[in-house]
Amino acid sequence: MSQRVRVNPIACEAHGMCAELLPERISLDEWGYPIVDSEPLTPAVLDHARRAAQACPTFALLLERDRERERAS
Amino acid sequence: MTAILATGGSLSWYLTRSTGAVALLLLSTAVVLGVVDVRRFSTPRWPRFVVDALHRNVSLLAMVFLCLHILTSVLDSFAPISLIDTVVPFAGSYRPFWLGLGAVAFDLLIAVTLTSLLRQRMGYASWRAIHWLTYASWPIALLHGFGTGSDVHGTWLLVLSVICLLAVLASVIVRVADGWPEHLGARAAALGGAGAFSLFLLIWMPSGPLGSEWARRSGTPSSLLHHSTASSTSASHGSGE
Amino acid sequence: MNKETLMIDPPVERTTTQAPGSLPRLLAGISPDGAMSIDQHLAVHGQAPVLARRRGRRSESPLIEQIERAGLRGHGGAGFPTATKLRAVAASRKRAVVVVNAAEGEPASLKDRTLMQTLPHLVLDGAQLAAQAVGADELIVCVCEIAQASVETSAHAISERRGMPLDSVRMHLTAVPGHYVAGQEAALVNHLNGGPAIPTFTPPMVFEQGVRRRPTLVANAETLAHVALIARHGPEWFRRLGTPSQPGSALVTLSGALAHPGVYEIEHGASLVSLIDAAGGMLANPRALLVGGYGGSWIGGEFLRGVALSDEHLASHGASLGAGVVLLLSADACPVAETARVARWMAGQSAGQCGPCVHGLDSIAGSVEEIAAGRVQGNAAQRVERLAALVRRRGACGHPDGTARFVTSALDAFAPEFADHARHGPCEGCARPGELPLPVHRRTANPTHEPVPFR
Repeated sequence: MSQRVRVNPIACEAHGMCAELLPERISLDEWGYPIVDSEPLTPAVLDHARRAAQACPTFALLLERDRERERAS
Repeated sequence: MTAILATGGSLSWYLTRSTGAVALLLLSTAVVLGVVDVRRFSTPRWPRFVVDALHRNVSLLAMVFLCLHILTSVLDSFAPISLIDTVVPFAGSYRPFWLGLGAVAFDLLIAVTLTSLLRQRMGYASWRAIHWLTYASWPIALLHGFGTGSDVHGTWLLVLSVICLLAVLASVIVRVADGWPEHLGARAAALGGAGAFSLFLLIWMPSGPLGSEWARRSGTPSSLLHHSTASSTSASHGSGE
Repeated sequence: MNKETLMIDPPVERTTTQAPGSLPRLLAGISPDGAMSIDQHLAVHGQAPVLARRRGRRSESPLIEQIERAGLRGHGGAGFPTATKLRAVAASRKRAVVVVNAAEGEPASLKDRTLMQTLPHLVLDGAQLAAQAVGADELIVCVCEIAQASVETSAHAISERRGMPLDSVRMHLTAVPGHYVAGQEAALVNHLNGGPAIPTFTPPMVFEQGVRRRPTLVANAETLAHVALIARHGPEWFRRLGTPSQPGSALVTLSGALAHPGVYEIEHGASLVSLIDAAGGMLANPRALLVGGYGGSWIGGEFLRGVALSDEHLASHGASLGAGVVLLLSADACPVAETARVARWMAGQSAGQCGPCVHGLDSIAGSVEEIAAGRVQGNAAQRVERLAALVRRRGACGHPDGTARFVTSALDAFAPEFADHARHGPCEGCARPGELPLPVHRRTANPTHEPVPFR
């Protein structure tokens, strides 16, 4: 079962620590908000991903187990 | 070690005072770092996560020294400070008011530390609201230091305290200025409070802790006053008693 | 276009008997004199079947299977399969809540308030049936607070139904704010839970945890009207109209320089030309078609003759039917100015919660405005495309995606006009009053904004 990184865009306040700690999956746009690569996390980056999620001051960065979700808006 | 502490030798009293001073220094640094952190300061050599981790670690270190300060003051047999007095304010027999301020500050910092350690389990808004108690705990801790400390006349502690005060004042101003003029009422209140506190210190210190017979006026039990003036070893306790 | 006094004009003569399979279905028996009373409703449609109650938690309501065979999809804009939604809510052990969504924040859409204003009983029938199918014990009817007439007719209809055998679930009416994102299902649930009418982060989805943390079915008013008819006439009847992949009929809001703009019922796959004919024809030549809404797509004038109104066909133009908005822009209008106006309005309608939406939509609107005014630095169109790609899927709801779609489809359909404006600045059409309707709200998702009538 794979895990992915995901951002809660409502909680996110563009502190930017996630991009520093997980540059393999996260980069920042021109306003400082994270652009997340939602590919499954490899064992090599999993620890870094966990650390990045813990570092987020607003708990906006989440580690999610794989589960297909429909966006029903 | 406990034996030395228990017999009330000057070692434990020195430990109490020195760990207290270090705690003040570390707490002030933690406040400065906290503002640096929330203002999102970063350079290539000091990325955000480092500033943030530095703030968290310095704060924890401050708590370590604070606990040592409190522990040595309880274990020391010179001043009658019980374990209860460390968290229940104003009930003690040694300079009750000024020691009590220390207990108040400690209580606030316990709340801040626990909520920060258990952040994951509480909502962000509640965590943040409690975290702001640090701004209240700092002046209370400083007053406690001036009121209970026996080194106040000594230049080193005074200079250290003034440096810490200036650093914290500067941090408050920087913090309040960020996002001005939103929430103007709260910001004005913060500036007003900081200004009033500084003014209070300027007026009170010369006639208070820096004035004559402060030990007696601040509530030192009379038995200890006699002890300190009568004993020939009193010289090693510092000149302020 | 004045939303409050719009006349409803069905495309075929009014009849009180249902010719098998054909139109009108939803709009059968409609009269311009006001809402259908309960007696008129029953005279036209007959009693809804009182379905066998779910026996125990394991057995599924027969209605859900009927909805699935009918192939009904949601009419709120997302087109989600209704049976799947019903099943998801029914699957929970907790008692569910059903929310009738007639919030209709899309300015160019009138169908939902029209339904509540003229055919409330059809919607309420469907709501009660759905409530029984998912095991709900509460039904909340949400009507846009700006559409005062539909608020009154809905309230009256609810009171008319007291004691009806079909109504086993208690229901009440709530007027909800009219800003754009208020009708998004998480936003609606947020409002019903006492918060502002702006989206929340999902998961948990509302079908798992919605109103008061209970599984909640948020269904568009029109979708429920279809449910009411499927329950009466069956899935085979439903499939007699429409296309195999998109069966049944749908309400569309047809606007533009037509003899009789308004809300019409079409079968899926009907040609745009036939709809225009039913509306009495064009008064001025259309330049382009906007389909779906302000989160939808533009289709250039050269294609209009061949456009069929089904998602399958529209997909070849990069469009979909969405909330049923069919808006024809006249040849006199300036598509660049209209796009700029709406893009700026959509940016203002952001709930303001997500950085990419707040900043991205503002930048997109700014770039389009630059093009419209001829104050372009560098390649503004390219900048818009890049920004559009940057905001997609990075908000808590689909608002930035919709706005991005609207703007990029405009750049595509009106490439010559955009290039022209970039070089030469405003044209004659820019000075004309806008054709795309925009409500006069001062702020976006501000919970305290007062309803203001359209201009």
